[in-house]
Amino acid sequence: MRPEVIMGAGAALALCVATIIAPWATVMLTIALAVGLTVLGIVILLRAGQISFGHGLYYAAGAYTVAFLVNARLSLDTLVLIPLGGFVAMVIAIAFGFFAVRYRDIFFAMINLAISMVAFSLLEKLYHLTGGGDGMNVARPTLGGVRLGRVAFETWMFYTTLAVAAVSAFLVARYLASPLGKALEAIKSNETRLEYLGVSGNSALHIAYAVSAALAGMSGAIIAIVTGHVAPEFAYWVRSGEFVFISILGGSGNVVGAFAGSIVFEVIRNYAAAFAASYWQTILGLSLIAIIMFAPDGLTQLRLRRKVRP
Amino acid sequence: MIRKSIGALCAAMLAASSSQAAEKPKELVIGITTFLSGPASVFGVPGKNAADMMIADLNAKGGILGVPVRSIVIDEGAGANQLMSEYRRVVLNEKAEVMFASVSSANCLALAPVAEDLEVPNILWDCSSPRIFEDNKYKFNVRTQAHTGAEMLAAALYLVKNKPNFKTVAGVNQDYAAGRDQWALFLTALKALKPDVQVVAELFPKFGAPDYSTEISRIQALKPDVIVNTSWGGDLDTFVQQAAARGAMTQGTYVFPLGESSLERLGNALPAGVVIGARGDHYFDHPKHKSDAAFQDFVKRYREKTGSYPIYPVFHMSQAMSAMQKAYEKAAVDNKVPWPSKEQLLAAFKNLSFHGLTSEVSIRDDSQGLEDQLIGTTVRNPAFNFATLDNIAIYPGKLVTTPIGQKSAEWLTKIKSDLANDPSIELFSAKQ
Amino acid sequence: MFLQTVLLATLDGLSYGAQVFLVAVGLSLIFGVLRIVNVAHGSFYAIGAYVAASFGLLLAASGLSPWLSYPAMALSAVLVGVLLGGLLEVTLLRRIYGKEQVLQLLVTFAVFMIFEDLQKAIWGVSPYFVNTPLSLLGTVNILGINYSLYQLVVVPAFAVVVLLTLRYVLRSTRIGRIVTAVTDDREAAAAMGVDAAKVYLLTFMIGASLAAFGGALASGSTSLVPGMGSGMIILSFAVAATAGLGRIEGAAVAALMIGLGRSIAVYTAPEFDVLVPYLIMFVVLLIKPQGLFSVPQTRKV
Repeated sequence: MRPEVIMGAGAALALCVATIIAPWATVMLTIALAVGLTVLGIVILLRAGQISFGHGLYYAAGAYTVAFLVNARLSLDTLVLIPLGGFVAMVIAIAFGFFAVRYRDIFFAMINLAISMVAFSLLEKLYHLTGGGDGMNVARPTLGGVRLGRVAFETWMFYTTLAVAAVSAFLVARYLASPLGKALEAIKSNETRLEYLGVSGNSALHIAYAVSAALAGMSGAIIAIVTGHVAPEFAYWVRSGEFVFISILGGSGNVVGAFAGSIVFEVIRNYAAAFAASYWQTILGLSLIAIIMFAPDGLTQLRLRRKVRP
Repeated sequence: MIRKSIGALCAAMLAASSSQAAEKPKELVIGITTFLSGPASVFGVPGKNAADMMIADLNAKGGILGVPVRSIVIDEGAGANQLMSEYRRVVLNEKAEVMFASVSSANCLALAPVAEDLEVPNILWDCSSPRIFEDNKYKFNVRTQAHTGAEMLAAALYLVKNKPNFKTVAGVNQDYAAGRDQWALFLTALKALKPDVQVVAELFPKFGAPDYSTEISRIQALKPDVIVNTSWGGDLDTFVQQAAARGAMTQGTYVFPLGESSLERLGNALPAGVVIGARGDHYFDHPKHKSDAAFQDFVKRYREKTGSYPIYPVFHMSQAMSAMQKAYEKAAVDNKVPWPSKEQLLAAFKNLSFHGLTSEVSIRDDSQGLEDQLIGTTVRNPAFNFATLDNIAIYPGKLVTTPIGQKSAEWLTKIKSDLANDPSIELFSAKQ
Repeated sequence: MFLQTVLLATLDGLSYGAQVFLVAVGLSLIFGVLRIVNVAHGSFYAIGAYVAASFGLLLAASGLSPWLSYPAMALSAVLVGVLLGGLLEVTLLRRIYGKEQVLQLLVTFAVFMIFEDLQKAIWGVSPYFVNTPLSLLGTVNILGINYSLYQLVVVPAFAVVVLLTLRYVLRSTRIGRIVTAVTDDREAAAAMGVDAAKVYLLTFMIGASLAAFGGALASGSTSLVPGMGSGMIILSFAVAATAGLGRIEGAAVAALMIGLGRSIAVYTAPEFDVLVPYLIMFVVLLIKPQGLFSVPQTRKV
């Protein structure tokens, strides 16, 4: 726990400095932190040995919630919209979880994939409601009751996202350390034994599933607000695959990894796009293979292990 | 507190810099969003190739006002979010002065407000959604080409003029926003021009579908007189090949409003008698411009470089480039400055007339371009190993573009059938 | 009327279902033996299609008999499966068999991304279409509607041949029984002295060849465009999961269901044709969590 806190605080400080030195990177880092929230949700499920190849659904749920609310001209504040995005995603996850948590391993991944692809197709299909493939624009909402200009909004959105990320990381770390979180590890190692202890693996996974969806929903909500646009591709399987990719990149061993992985991913991707516009997929693919081959526990674990065993 | 004051300082500097003439930069950086990956790279890559050639030509002649141009290309295929963060990076970090966005309508709709936000002049170089300027007022966005409304109206006018006796129509269109917009606007125009037309099927196969067996069976069973398909790229090719193999291409009149971009690839599969549109007056064998020296030279060099004839995104790129160059030069002359400020540049775009490789385009007060529309019918031409166009009609942009302040979906319901015989329409036929 | 719709929808759905089957059956086979969900499988489909199209263009340019395009399809499938598939198994997958399923899946995801760029680097972005196979055979008229023999007969016939061959090999030959044994219980098979490494390599090459063959057949009737593998892989996932991973005959049934479901949707509710495969998969997995043709597995304590 302690190295995580130090790492987290250090990283947060480094990020703040980075946005002051390189203001153009503010939005990129905000996006990375926001995506990190979804990845944090993936990490929770990974504790139980489960991967969702469909978390794009919850990410899109949060994003479209914001888009609908903003376009309904309810003039809700950013600080209301973000939790609402998380809430809607969580409600969907609780409902859908009744089916999904009965599955394990590849079938869990598949059923999530199926439902997210249905959502993706619907977002494209229900053209009059969702704007179809054009998606929807999201006008900039107020932040903390104040209507801000671009630069100020971007800056304060960064701090807001950082705060949401820090609070989420802290709460998730507490959750994973609690008996409920430990039950997840038991699902991974041996679920039958867990059930002999009188704990329902399905219930433990259901809770984890809802929490992870809430995180993804907040993440999508922030992305919708920061980029001002939502599109069906948020729910597409490649997007979901990226979230899993980032969780491995950062390492599923601790909560900071989700954000570290997400920032590294965003930086690699931006630089790959800038310097090799036609080959960014290759660069990402090669880095993923390198991570899995040489640092299978992710970037953060690599660091920690060195510190622990000098 | 510190951040706030830095922000205020930045804002103050920005405000100061935009009010008067800017200093002449060492180079003019422009950002171009286009598809380098995914199915739409069939448009994106020709657009990029064209931009590379045109920028090289421009720089060989000393650039714009003596400033060389450098482009940074952003891949639209990476997804809207990635696109938007790249776009920001290119504007804020690479200091691009002008942006070109984009091939996809969805991306234009997403980027237009971003450009406003970043206060960067944004040339909508290839996307076609009419909603951009009909639903919003933008200061920094300008479109150097037509929109779907004009493109579909021209196709509908051509159809009622050349095939006056049809009764039934079927639509097969890609299931995404632009495909639905195109079909809806085409149908609106057609119903206004020919109120008794009967729609027998409206099919929306999946975008990128590999198989149209069922759609083709439906067409064969329903036997519509006219079949409209606004698909493009691989989707249109697949549809035509599968329909041709089943003898379905000859049973009615097909209308492909974006078909110009597939002519060369379809080779022998495309029969004579198909109505083809070109998203503007874009055609490598343009009846009015094919003997222009610049046109001929470019088509020749483009073929040497890429192995293909130029298709409409190439022409759209030429329009955007030419508009940018003209706007800088006009702004410099109007304001008597060596290098115009952002405000001066934007002012110069208003009512600007320019031409790329083909006919002149002018930009209206609402920043929408008025672009002529070329529609033709395929013929088999022994000089080429693919179908070419004959019986070409060129519709003036002014005639077919929705007037300022009106929405295409409404305006098209009010058009009259005599529009199809307007004297401003130019006709070209090999027989004449 | 209803019967006629069903008949027409069946005829329309056959070709599509057959192609999806070929890709999905390879995926399923690989999963059955290697326990890897191979995302790069979609790339084999795409690359197989491109290689077959290149052969097709070469044939057309050299003036040889257009009928050679059929053997050329088989040849390109084998080439892609053995060379590219073999290379991938030997250099990469072999090193990750011990790792978690998630990591294995992600490695193939990474390979998929790299292959996407590779395809663009080699074949560019312009759509390819070689219509020789499609135009060679002509059409047949059923109920007043023309069908191309290629789509109606050739593609489904190849799928049936593959299905029967696989069945025969898996049930009646030594190597097939070894593969079946590894699929059903790999620890026991290893204990019986099966050379797992060899079986893995062989299975992977066969699976990849099947995907490439699906692609090669598709190259005769569809445009080859960048990103075509991405749509196909997700569809074949749906088929394989619906059938039960590792189930060969199941894959045929599920692929047919999806092909027919789609074309029935175009006749009756065109708005929903895109949703059909996923809805079928979702409903099947709700009722039978391991897929239609799954064998019950005991939980290990």
